[in-house]
Amino acid sequence: MARDGVRPREVRLRPAGFDELGLKRAFAPRLLPLLVAAMAFLAALTLVGMLAAAGLARHWREGAGASLTVQVPMPDAPAATGAGSRAEAVLTLLRAAPGIAAARRLSGAELDALLRPWLGATPGALGLAVPAVITVQRAAAAPLDEAALTARLAAPAPGTLVEAAAPWLARLAALARSLEALAALALVIVGAIAALVIAIATRAGLAARREALEIVHGLGASDGYIAARFAARALFLAAIGGVSGTLAALPVVVLLTRLAAPFTALAAPGRLSPADAVALPATLWLAVLPPAAAAIGWLTAEITVRRWLRRLP
Amino acid sequence: MIRFHEVGLSYGDGADGGGETGLVLRNISFAVPSGGFRWLLGPSGAGKTSLLRLLYLAARPSRGEAVILGHPVHAAGRRDLVELRRRIGVVFQDFRLLAHLSVFDNVALPLRLAGRPEGQIRADVAEMLRWVGLAGRMAALPPTLSGGEQQRVAIARAVINRPDLILADEPTGNLDEAQAERLMQLLAELNRLGTSIIVATHQTALLARHPAPALRLDRGRLVGDG
Ligand SMILES: Nc1ncnc2c1ncn2[C@@H]1O[C@H](COP(=O)(O)OP(=O)(O)O)[C@@H](O)[C@H]1O
Ligand SMILES: [Mg+2]
Repeated sequence: MARDGVRPREVRLRPAGFDELGLKRAFAPRLLPLLVAAMAFLAALTLVGMLAAAGLARHWREGAGASLTVQVPMPDAPAATGAGSRAEAVLTLLRAAPGIAAARRLSGAELDALLRPWLGATPGALGLAVPAVITVQRAAAAPLDEAALTARLAAPAPGTLVEAAAPWLARLAALARSLEALAALALVIVGAIAALVIAIATRAGLAARREALEIVHGLGASDGYIAARFAARALFLAAIGGVSGTLAALPVVVLLTRLAAPFTALAAPGRLSPADAVALPATLWLAVLPPAAAAIGWLTAEITVRRWLRRLP
Repeated sequence: MIRFHEVGLSYGDGADGGGETGLVLRNISFAVPSGGFRWLLGPSGAGKTSLLRLLYLAARPSRGEAVILGHPVHAAGRRDLVELRRRIGVVFQDFRLLAHLSVFDNVALPLRLAGRPEGQIRADVAEMLRWVGLAGRMAALPPTLSGGEQQRVAIARAVINRPDLILADEPTGNLDEAQAERLMQLLAELNRLGTSIIVATHQTALLARHPAPALRLDRGRLVGDG
């Protein structure tokens, strides 16, 4: 008797704008779009924060995991074993070692640039003996035994130091990951509050139209038909809120992105033009918010109305 | 076909749904063949409206078995009742029109809920409103109509869908004698065309002019059938 095929048809054939439940007046909570807009605003900021934290975590994790620094004191002295200088011997050994993708000795100019901020002058001008600094990129998956490597490199050049990339990078990456998780949690909470607000408004609308609902139900309207009326309206109201909240957040997001740019640059030196790299995906992601608000509105109303209707026989 | 077997109804929340005290209808057993006409009689508070509510599926039996238009509604799922309701036309004592919809839209509602194409709806509703003498009031809102006019809108809405069963709860209560007679002629006509009809009333004058078998209720029990 309840043929499913019949139901979508009845919805399509309903004349446009036919408001048999009187929802344009009974389910028009002025506060709802405003509250959803506030939620969308918060969600926009949280989303951008989450994306920024995710980006930083990724950069820092890559930085922390992928590189080593090797310092060779007295680089130009002859190697203790083998031919050439100490620095050359260490470089040769490194390049042959398993688990190492690349090794490059920093030029004198690069070293000067690195040290000048700390020394106030180039090391040469101060007469300091500067070790050779070799940056090593580890092969992605291969494990590396740092102690064994240190011992091996000490053979041609005693006193050589192997330093895993700064442990603070790993700490920062962990911090950024925690921030990311917190932001995700905040997003879920904001979404849940939006759903709650919509559920309360829907229940108020149901109570206000109880008599009309009973009449229409008695005339043979299915639960799906009635729920669709409310859901369409909730979708509309939530979409208005979602769009306005997101638009309101846009200037704030751009500003925050600008402020965050130097930190993103620190995480990935020289690799990207940081402001654009974060700004573009973040603003694109914001486009998800209005449809998400509309979807929450629609789904919440559907569920709320269908549950409420179960009290009718 | 309608067949009730030892049906009981309580308005309780179900806590004492099985208890004798909560029952407003008890041990109701009767049958009405397809195309049958029955008066439903009894003093005020006897349970006429309650029995009609069971018949138009606004309530489900707390006990017993009820078969309505061939469907065992005591055992049916909620979804199964949706289409069954569309085959039952009801004239309520208090009309139950939607106040924010025009007379036309009120009468068109059952057709729209049943998914009838809009083109057919226009002609059918206009014809029906002419028939009940409201052709000139199609755009009016129910609250602006007199009681008798609202009653006629309710009747038009109840019969627009050509239901297999029509239930009327004191339908002549708000009508003058001529209007009441007109309504009875309409119901008799629909009955001749094969529609089963049950009319609750306590106006015995009607009964004299339109003799038909009667179900008699008293204090929630069926005390007469025929
Ligand atoms: N919604 C309700 N809740 C509780 N009791 C009700 C309800 N409707 C009717 N009753 C009770 O059921 C009995 C039968 O009422 P009703 O079916 O309206 O009788 P009638 O239509 O013959 O006057 C009465 O005692 C009435 O008080
Ligand atoms: Mg009554």
